Amino acid sequence: MATIEFLLNGTPKQCDVSPDTSILTLLREHLGVTGTKEGCASGDCGACTVAISNPSDAQPHFESANACITPAHQLQRQHLVTIEGLASGAQLHPAQQAMIDAHGSQCGFCTPGIVMSLFTLHTEQQKCPTPLTPERLEASLGGNLCRCTGYRPIRDAALNMLQTPWESPQWLDAALPDTASPANAHEIAPNEAFFAQPTTLTALTKARRCYPNARLVAGATDLWLENTQRLAVLDQLIDVSHVDELHHIEEDSLHGQSGWWVGAGVTYTQLEPLLNSHFPAFAHLLHRLGSQQVRNRGTLGGNIANASPIGDTPPVLLALNAWLELANHDGTRQVPLDTFFTDYKRTLLAADEVISRIFIPKMDSTASLRVWKLSKRREDDISAVLGAFCYRLEEGVLHDVRIAFGGMAATPKRALKTEAALEGQPLTKASFQSAQQVLSDEFQPMDDVRGSQHYRHQAALNLLERLYLTLSAPNQEVMLHAYAH
Amino acid sequence: MRTLTKLDGDSSRARRELHDRVEGSGPLARHTVDSQSQRQAGSASFHESAEKHVTGKAAYVDDVKTPADALHVALGLSPVAHGVLTSLGLDAVRQAAGVIDVITFHDVPGHTDIGPVFPGDPIFVDQEISYAGQCLFAVAATSLEAARRAVKLANVEINEQHASLDPVAATQREEFVRPTHIQERGDWQQTLRQADNVLENELFIGGQEHFYLEGQACVVLPTEDEGVIVHTSNQHPSETQKLVAEVLGIPFHAVTVEVRRMGGGFGGKETQASPWACIAAIIARRTGKAIRLRLPRSDDMRATGKRHPFHNRYQLAIDRQGIIQGGEITVIGDCGYSPDLSDAIVDRAMFHADNAYSLGNARVTGHRAKTHTASNTAFRGFGGPQGMMIIEAAMDDIARRVGEDPLTIRKRNFYREGHDVTHYGQQVDQIKLLHTLVETLESSSEYWTRRRAITTFNEASPIIKKGLALTPVKFGISFTAQHLNQAGALLHVYTDGSIMINHGGTEMGQGLHTKICQVVARELGLDLDSVRISATRTDKVPNTSPTAASSGADLNGMAARDAASKLRERLFDFAAAHFEDGLDREGMRLEDGMLIAGRGESERRIPWGELVQTAYLNRISLSEKGFYATPLIYYNRASGQGRPFYYYAFGAAVSEVSVDTLSGEYQVDRVDILHDVGDSLNPAIDMGQVEGGFIQGMGWLTSEELKWNDKGILISDGPATYKIPTFGDLPPIFNVSLLEGHPNSMASLYRSKAVGEPPFMLCISVWSALRDALSSLTDYATSPHLDTPATPERVMLAANAIREKAL
Repeated sequence: MATIEFLLNGTPKQCDVSPDTSILTLLREHLGVTGTKEGCASGDCGACTVAISNPSDAQPHFESANACITPAHQLQRQHLVTIEGLASGAQLHPAQQAMIDAHGSQCGFCTPGIVMSLFTLHTEQQKCPTPLTPERLEASLGGNLCRCTGYRPIRDAALNMLQTPWESPQWLDAALPDTASPANAHEIAPNEAFFAQPTTLTALTKARRCYPNARLVAGATDLWLENTQRLAVLDQLIDVSHVDELHHIEEDSLHGQSGWWVGAGVTYTQLEPLLNSHFPAFAHLLHRLGSQQVRNRGTLGGNIANASPIGDTPPVLLALNAWLELANHDGTRQVPLDTFFTDYKRTLLAADEVISRIFIPKMDSTASLRVWKLSKRREDDISAVLGAFCYRLEEGVLHDVRIAFGGMAATPKRALKTEAALEGQPLTKASFQSAQQVLSDEFQPMDDVRGSQHYRHQAALNLLERLYLTLSAPNQEVMLHAYAH
Repeated sequence: MRTLTKLDGDSSRARRELHDRVEGSGPLARHTVDSQSQRQAGSASFHESAEKHVTGKAAYVDDVKTPADALHVALGLSPVAHGVLTSLGLDAVRQAAGVIDVITFHDVPGHTDIGPVFPGDPIFVDQEISYAGQCLFAVAATSLEAARRAVKLANVEINEQHASLDPVAATQREEFVRPTHIQERGDWQQTLRQADNVLENELFIGGQEHFYLEGQACVVLPTEDEGVIVHTSNQHPSETQKLVAEVLGIPFHAVTVEVRRMGGGFGGKETQASPWACIAAIIARRTGKAIRLRLPRSDDMRATGKRHPFHNRYQLAIDRQGIIQGGEITVIGDCGYSPDLSDAIVDRAMFHADNAYSLGNARVTGHRAKTHTASNTAFRGFGGPQGMMIIEAAMDDIARRVGEDPLTIRKRNFYREGHDVTHYGQQVDQIKLLHTLVETLESSSEYWTRRRAITTFNEASPIIKKGLALTPVKFGISFTAQHLNQAGALLHVYTDGSIMINHGGTEMGQGLHTKICQVVARELGLDLDSVRISATRTDKVPNTSPTAASSGADLNGMAARDAASKLRERLFDFAAAHFEDGLDREGMRLEDGMLIAGRGESERRIPWGELVQTAYLNRISLSEKGFYATPLIYYNRASGQGRPFYYYAFGAAVSEVSVDTLSGEYQVDRVDILHDVGDSLNPAIDMGQVEGGFIQGMGWLTSEELKWNDKGILISDGPATYKIPTFGDLPPIFNVSLLEGHPNSMASLYRSKAVGEPPFMLCISVWSALRDALSSLTDYATSPHLDTPATPERVMLAANAIREKAL
């Protein structure tokens, strides 16, 4: 047990909770505040959506999160806003009123979560209005499942609520009493449970060395499922999310190649502006990665260190020839990403190491990137197959071809033989047909809940055909608008 | 087109309708619009809990506060699908931190079989294990986490046996949970022999997880005598009361079941909410403590049954115009390990194997296959959707065979004059409504213009193909188990004039309580605010039917109306006798919170509050019960003929899709719906049912894929792997309208129609449109095979198969 202090709807709270307590458990079981609901305890339904801001920010910036898989300890000195906080007496928040007016609730169980997602959208729009495109609405609400309404009235509520400004209540500016030293700063006994929150890379690597059995936690969007779904005890946790060095994005070069060093603790939401400007295909993928709640918490480093064969960003980073910087208490080393994944869920990362930064090389102005994700559902789903294709097309000939797949092997993996089959080849049907034959033998994908082996195999071949069609018949529609970018 | 004609509040007309009800079908009386009733039945009132929903104040079962020493229960579920339990080592479980009690089959004091209709559902496994997820034991501990951790310490030994997972193979071996049933009309064999053309095909139709956002949950409190109070998320409180009493071996009156609201039900809490209440009740009586039991999502998905997967096939004789002359349809429902409600569900699939089309001389056969999975159960449509799928598949197939547009073929085959009797002998009423509805939609959706545009588009687009389909719905309303078509209500008027109405139906989000309050408000001429429902409780209204079969408002609304009109008539009698200058009894009415007697100069107005007060002081009862039983319906199981449905609800949808035939990805571009709810009780709520039902159905046929491994373990056991529609799946163009000007031809509640299930089946248009898009790959010459759910995987493989054939 350790004490956390935070604001709950403007009221300072102090709670003693174990390291693996979620915000949802804290609310429902410790505090008896039950407006926030549990639908799945896996971050997939959004019924438990809450909003979190940092009270030390000049202007409150609320981000949505799934309370069921967000560690309560990450509330340390944060402001947690829940469904109970939105109404001031009889005066409802515009999101609440709009939901009523649009008949947006039926059974009502998902409603608190939907209102909270609308709340964060509303506050963002009030601060910085941007066009509410269908994509924007999807990004804001795709992580909130509703089984009753079919979403039409919720869409109406989202559009209508913005006509009413929110007069933010005074408690929104509440501050926490100052404390002399951060909690958890004391020395930790070897078997003691803890939730360490180092603030520097040095402190992080030191903690990593001292507690080799402790787990690293960033956004917890996957780790926490070990607790909620498989009941793993997560009693020694080192939180990387407060480490300053892990949050920077810097333009720099590596081995003479210019690009960006992205801190491993950068969340998907924080990564978005860079990708929008320089890697639109990657940015588009990001919109289909998890939900807003997940993108607000999940980090690029976490997605790589997790080493899942169906993680979304690794195949893209492989195709882009990304590098990693790994740090321990003695220093850092740099490794190409395509050597990092050694086997199913295994990596080069030593027991005392962390991923500190990811280098994403700038793309040559003549180079192109295509990223295609196949899944059962367009939003908030995990890939069955993900193909990332990087290449240059010069005078009808393919150069610098790098292709990587997710979902086709035990790790995210480059298609080296297929790359070789296309390298230096003219853009012809014959080139791609022979590349397809190579690809056909290069992978033996798995058969699982997300797709059969046969499907994955055929899908990868078809994505290669899509690449050919995209390049050879650029004026013809070969993709659906909802999936294209 | 979202507003509907308002209903009239004329009580003498209402009385006449009540009279008609007793007579069965009264003459169709189209009443004039009455502004008085706009706040009441017929108006788009908000959901009674809307404000509580959006503020988080609406309490669900797991929000119920209990004493600090309440215990939490977790369940030990079988890890294998079929076998014999040889040893259940629970010592480590009992000794685990926080554990207070552990129970197994041998600790059940009363009945151990909790099968709802037929026996076959043991509360715990004794020896034989029939599915992975079946309950072996239960642990009560001081916290849910402690209970769940303790469960993992069990030492379970099972002699595993081969799991039977294929319902078709089970049917061949005649492994059934209930006997096969047949409906037969005319000499179908002769028709097949003499046919110009015989078409046959088969189709696998996947199941569906309910995915109510609130999982199964109950809280059980022991009472001071031998009984319990059960708070449960439950569509059938009376059945839970019965089963809890039987399991405990106590009389029914010792058990009170209360349901305030559910966080979604969809059929999944009709029979399958009871086991948890029974288990919690046993522990409550053993420990004397309040018991909390809720299933974590993956336990919920593994332990409870789903919509039945079906394997259906048809063999149909058609003439040169593609009109069905007769033939044979066989449906095989994959029932899982026990009967549960499967008899009625497969029956309903059979009753809907015709959908809106005359089958001519036909035989429909329904098998109830037994497999080693959870016992499949009620789910919105109750087998109807699966039955309809086969005839809609046939319509597309016939169209390709005769080279006509599928809509043309559908319309040719509609029930029509001279062809208006179903294969089970019921005459289809309101045929004209069906034709009008489809023609209206055909025109408002610009079906033919779009059809031409799509054909042109597809000719020029080799990869992206568009598809279009209009499919109708004709859905029979009534429980097919006749005795369930009854309902009760209890109405109290308090001396301040406020009203409490209780009825047998449960609120699962469908707005039933709102509609019932509207009915009472209308009958008594009051504002909706004056009427409240506390909760559904077995000690208020007894022996209730499940809230199912779309019947909630039809049955309970009638019972509430019965109670309200009886009370109103009593107050009229009292007022006529009591007030001095002799009020005119004949013209008395309740409007705007007043009793009004006489007209013009002789009009007298008495405020409702004064009327109630005066009645109370004069010792007039201000409480009334109501009752309703649906007239006219019967079904002879031996002959397979009858009139099982009081009426039919109709609807139709046009869906347009774009398919990427290379990746199998697709999007639903536009949907137009026109749906028949008779005279709507609440257009806003009805729209919600239509839209929500459609999207839920679309999920069933597209992205929602249940997968078991070859050992019978469900591997799609959470929202990470089981994908219900989300926000972006809402079609960008979604034009939904309620059909106006067509009141129910039967004397239903204010001539309304049931709306819970029928719109679900509008989703078949999406699947048919996907097939239409794929069919364009063959220039509409063939009808592609497309089992459901039509995931991108299935669509891509179907497209690839067509391409390979062409090479």
